[in-house]
Amino acid sequence: MANAKEIKTVLFGPVFANNPIALQVLGICSALAVTTKMDKALVMCIALTLVTAFSNFFISLIRNHIPSSVRIIVQMTIIASLVIVVDQILKAYAYDVAKELSVFVGLIITNCIVMGRAEAFAMKSKPGISFLDGIGNGLGYSVVLMTVAFIRELGGSGTVFGVEVMPLVKDGGWYQPMGLLLMPPSAFIIIAGFIWILRTFRTEQVEKA
Amino acid sequence: MSSNNDSISKTLIVVISLCLVCAVIVSTAAVQLRPQQKANKLLDSQKNVLAVTGLLGGGNIAELYSKHIQERFVDLDSGEFVEKPANYDYRKFMKDPKESVRLSADEDLASIKTRANIAPVYLAYNNGVESGELSAIVLPIHGYGLWSTMHAFLALGADGTTIKGVNYYEQGETAGLGGEVQNPKWVAQFEGKKLLDASGEPAIKVVKPGNAAADSAFEVDGLSGATLTSNGVQYTFDFWAGAKGFAPFLAKVRDGALNNG
Repeated sequence: MANAKEIKTVLFGPVFANNPIALQVLGICSALAVTTKMDKALVMCIALTLVTAFSNFFISLIRNHIPSSVRIIVQMTIIASLVIVVDQILKAYAYDVAKELSVFVGLIITNCIVMGRAEAFAMKSKPGISFLDGIGNGLGYSVVLMTVAFIRELGGSGTVFGVEVMPLVKDGGWYQPMGLLLMPPSAFIIIAGFIWILRTFRTEQVEKA
Repeated sequence: MSSNNDSISKTLIVVISLCLVCAVIVSTAAVQLRPQQKANKLLDSQKNVLAVTGLLGGGNIAELYSKHIQERFVDLDSGEFVEKPANYDYRKFMKDPKESVRLSADEDLASIKTRANIAPVYLAYNNGVESGELSAIVLPIHGYGLWSTMHAFLALGADGTTIKGVNYYEQGETAGLGGEVQNPKWVAQFEGKKLLDASGEPAIKVVKPGNAAADSAFEVDGLSGATLTSNGVQYTFDFWAGAKGFAPFLAKVRDGALNNG
């Protein structure tokens, strides 16, 4: 097992230093789709974190036996199985959320973060550290998703986790909701803002022109 | 990675055993969780029925449902109540050749191809089933929109024609355009309109957005930017209010079939 410092890098590195969405720009599509409500985004984050962690773990476990000619398909099979299991669990225990997330849970299969980490990390690392890498990248994804969802839900519906914070004009309050924030393009703008702020403080992430 | 990983026999062994393991895991999960999922589906459908009648307040859905809603089954051709068939599942029956009729092109207004012989109807009693005061009749309707089959519940008053509510609870139309079909504000337009005209023919009309006459008993505005979805809604209502849909049953309702129980 790796030492404590390495564990820390693997686990918390992806949160800001090597964020899968902000730096690696992976997994944008679901970040647009499921961030109108925080509770939806949270379930999506948990699902994605678990899938990434376990797919990394299992792929790493059999990495020395995977024939390189079919390795992508082998990875896909493992990821797809995990996603189906997650989807089934959600349908059984969080039906309302599962209905709203609908196809997006299934689309975790094609989420580049899962594939990317499996191919880039799990194929050449030990199972334990791969598992942590999955958790770490899931956390990185979650930070961005929750930030975007917070801004979109607060600005677009005046609520946080469904609890009213700013009463809307149509319900007799004072806040006129910003419709744009409920549309997918707003997520692009917010993610771009997130990347901009991040790179202002971490100039090493700025790509050379 | 050693080179013998790439031999044909090793590749086959790895791939086949991986598939077996994954298949076992996936099917175990599916089978183990099915009862829970079925319970959720049932609860969800009960919730949708309660929502369309306006009975959905706080409180336990299953309790509210058993207190206020009575499930009956209707033979669509004759319009008579029948006993619940064994293993009844509306969604399955509507596709089962033995339990459904194939609709001809002229009949198939809602593009649903087949129609179950027996459909469920939900009788809603605001003061509880035992009060016997019928408040609403909830009919399940469905029809094709632009991309998807849209499923809805339609609540009619005890007169069998005044619309008390519409609830599109399952659809796959374009989000933001056709998907607005399930927007409570849009379906609220239907409240108080008449499904049928005086002679019992389907009369509700989804017109071009902004053109519905305010005093009309039959017109509602379509969805802007979603003409084909709006047409789908129109056809769905035409079909289910028509002779192949609930018309025979609704005719019996108007003649007082529900007054004595």
